[in-house]
Amino acid sequence: MKARIHITLKQGVLDPQGKAIATALTSMGFAGVVSVRQGKVIDLDLTESDVNRAEETVRSMCERLLANTVIEEYAVEISE
Amino acid sequence: MQAAVIVFPGSNCDRDVAVALEKASGRPPIMVWHQETELPPTDLIVLPGGFSYGDYLRAGAMAAHSPVLREIRAKANGGMPVLGICNGFQILTECGLLPGALLRNSCISFVCRDVWLRVDTTNSVFTCGYAQGEVIRIPIAHHDGNYRAGSDSLEELEAEERIAFRYCDTKGETSDAKNPNGSAHHIAGILNSSRNVLGMMPHPERLADARLGGTDGKPVFSSLVEALA
Repeated sequence: MKARIHITLKQGVLDPQGKAIATALTSMGFAGVVSVRQGKVIDLDLTESDVNRAEETVRSMCERLLANTVIEEYAVEISE
Repeated sequence: MQAAVIVFPGSNCDRDVAVALEKASGRPPIMVWHQETELPPTDLIVLPGGFSYGDYLRAGAMAAHSPVLREIRAKANGGMPVLGICNGFQILTECGLLPGALLRNSCISFVCRDVWLRVDTTNSVFTCGYAQGEVIRIPIAHHDGNYRAGSDSLEELEAEERIAFRYCDTKGETSDAKNPNGSAHHIAGILNSSRNVLGMMPHPERLADARLGGTDGKPVFSSLVEALA
């Protein structure tokens, strides 16, 4: 199984890097960028073959290490 | 007072803080590698500044799961004073000994300069050598010092007078203009609820000797020596 984890700052948490990217895009002439939120993607290759068990394990990884849930939220995608 | 300084791969203020501790206490601290699973008997544990594990994932995130941290958490919960400076503060929030988190500075850039701090509580072993409301000059050097916490946590920190230091001007007045990183409530350092754990972004060890240009950081170490004698 493969897992892809998207980690982003929670809504309401100021994202200074996203703000800088938005300013840069606008100054480059890309009109219509209302806001930018940036984050990170973590790809895992797992030996687990059961989707539910894989998701449960990856969520536990997110809670304990991969995301800081004080400031970040995460989404998990599991695929074959 | 016998101190232990924890050394992670990427720590770079471990030696500076050891010099400041030895000068204050007369005893060289024990340097403890992060892979240790037991700590020597000490009166104080210090998590120094630097870039433990290269700030991989998030500043302090990897160090918070290193073997020695399990022991530090147990000692801290048992009342042992623990001081985290800069990266040490980030590690303390990541491992849950202090509430909140330290985000990228609101100005995005790394900030390395002296700032003014107001001592907002002298009720701790780390700050009892200062006067209440005293304004001190201490250097900062960080990229991720923008303190964030939920509104409940911030209210609790305020109500329990656990904000040890706030960024301010030379007169002790706080303002967004004098806040170098966008920290909530202008927070530069906080205590845990038992007041035996302090995390602070500024570096008191960098101004603890007149030959380095000032001694405003010295009372952090002399407070500890006096309180833990």
